[in-house]
Amino acid sequence: MQLILEKRAERSKIVALVSPLIAIGLTIVTMTILFMVLGKNPISALYVYFIVPLTDGYSLQEIAVKATPLVMIAIGLSLCYLANAWNIGAEGQFLMGAVAGSWIAVKTQGTEAGHWVLPAMLLLGAIAGALYALIPAICKVRFGASEILTSLMLVYVADLLLDYLVRGPWRDPQGFNFPTTAEFDPVATVPTLIEGGRLHLGSILALIVVAAGAVLLGKTIKGFEIRVVGAAPRAARFGGFNANQLILLTFAISGALAGLAGIIEVAGPVGHLQPGISPGYGFTAIIVAFLGRLNPIGILIAGLFLALTFIGGEQAQITMKIPLDVTKVFQGILLFYVLACDSLILYRFRIVSSSPQVARGAH
Amino acid sequence: MELIEAIILSVLAASTPLLLAATGELVAERSGVLNLGVEGMMIVGAACGFGGAWLTGSIIIGALCGMLAGVLMSLLFAAMALGLAVNQVATGLALTIFGVGLSGLIGARFVGERITPAPHLQIPFVTDIPLIGRILFGEDAFVYLSLALVAAVWWFLYRTRAGLILRACGDNHVSAHALGYPVLKIRMYAVMFGGACAGLAGAYLPLAYTPFFIPGMTAGRGWIALALTVFASWLPGRLVIGAYLFGAVTILQLHAQGAGIGIPSQFMSSLPYLATVIVLVLLSRARTGGSTAPAALGTVFVPDR
Repeated sequence: MQLILEKRAERSKIVALVSPLIAIGLTIVTMTILFMVLGKNPISALYVYFIVPLTDGYSLQEIAVKATPLVMIAIGLSLCYLANAWNIGAEGQFLMGAVAGSWIAVKTQGTEAGHWVLPAMLLLGAIAGALYALIPAICKVRFGASEILTSLMLVYVADLLLDYLVRGPWRDPQGFNFPTTAEFDPVATVPTLIEGGRLHLGSILALIVVAAGAVLLGKTIKGFEIRVVGAAPRAARFGGFNANQLILLTFAISGALAGLAGIIEVAGPVGHLQPGISPGYGFTAIIVAFLGRLNPIGILIAGLFLALTFIGGEQAQITMKIPLDVTKVFQGILLFYVLACDSLILYRFRIVSSSPQVARGAH
Repeated sequence: MELIEAIILSVLAASTPLLLAATGELVAERSGVLNLGVEGMMIVGAACGFGGAWLTGSIIIGALCGMLAGVLMSLLFAAMALGLAVNQVATGLALTIFGVGLSGLIGARFVGERITPAPHLQIPFVTDIPLIGRILFGEDAFVYLSLALVAAVWWFLYRTRAGLILRACGDNHVSAHALGYPVLKIRMYAVMFGGACAGLAGAYLPLAYTPFFIPGMTAGRGWIALALTVFASWLPGRLVIGAYLFGAVTILQLHAQGAGIGIPSQFMSSLPYLATVIVLVLLSRARTGGSTAPAALGTVFVPDR
């Protein structure tokens, strides 16, 4: 008796639909075991993680605030991954967008600058993110250098650049030597949607991005080209689609969205530029993209779910002394299960008797 | 003279984890598997390696713990990428995300603890030879081990039948399968070897490089090791040159910072990462005539029966 993997004749529609749910279920089972190993009551831990944040208005707003960058970045990444272009440096593009946009905020600080400041910041952030993403894309298209490695290396560079700026030229003179810029002026701040609340305009932008992503992929020729280049590169070549051009395009879009998310984060919830503005949004967005099955609506749901785990993780740390790293372990395990369950859309397990194997083995 | 000696010694130390991890990854890639989880395996190896050494007081047990942790992580990768035929790029990323969290969880209780670092070789008189004595005969065991490992891997890949079969799996898994070789099993062993090397490379950091554990202490070395396999065109010998070159960049930027040459430290710190990008571009460009990468690298294989 042996368990083997074999290709299905066609994609299983049922598995495609339930696979994210199975993955989440398996993750929760694994987390239960992990909590027990850590000596915490798993029922109350899971309750704090997944239910408590849904019960008060402040946490609900906070989930939307955290989901905003995740969803925006993941929509862009999903385009890359569909086209088989592996941008894993969204974290760096996020930071570059934040840095570039902050430049306007820092330079106009305390001046009479009008309401053009915020739109200019958002635009510059998106442009900077796109340009930063184009570096690995051009290296890939022109020279054949692995975009996976180059895009990732540039994350460290962006992180160090931000660090340099807030410790050096852009440091707040009244900031008691803390590595941070001064608090942005009101015209350089993303407005909140509710008076005194945390929910901000960026969340609306994220929803627009989701809708735009759905239209691009579902209704346009470019979206079709992106999907064909990734799924059937040979067919795409016969169809005359320019794969290199699509790599540049998807990298530019995803970089722009990551950069936009970066400057919105800085000009919105954070309010100033400082190191550590991202708890790994660029990397978590990779999980969001896959959990959402590279589909815009799926990504919206997946983004909200992972945002929930960020908030739940913080609450679990405060109320139950569960380390924050548990959230990262959780996210890693979730990605594993998502990928594993996705595999069962294309393949299935079959039990075969081992006797023909023995015959084959005696070659 | 003493400064030069100190620089060379620290270059060797900084290069060793890169060389160890890259050697393991080279074997895995030669069998056709692209495991992007090197960083994740390294960081878990660092936490477990330090934990083992701190609890038992033995560097050797620490190193073994690190290797075991790396192997277990690589088995997780193998189960996904080989067993379930999941995309290798995505699986490797998952392994790194998971590893960073797991090492933080394991290592949390070790933060702030110290151990006695791995001892350096000390041969009477020989080690005291000026300049070359300490460089050649005064290293810790890991440095010698990493070089022996490269030699062993070269011998295995090019001078043994098993090595030939492993390379065949990496170049054309369909043919290797048709000849009756168990492609998936061979790849699993190669991935496990990669995991053991990455775990050891991670353990080297808290056991010999700095005698304490800090979360995220691998700081992208796993990714640089991945770049090194490309740099080396998948040839073990060139791996040594590449690793020492990168070690040198890392150390020289530290010395440049120390000398206070007026360039912000962050720019110097970004040099190893920028160097990786530039090297990848230059090498990929020089090689447009035909790739030296294993032909089946990163492709999914499901044997048909």
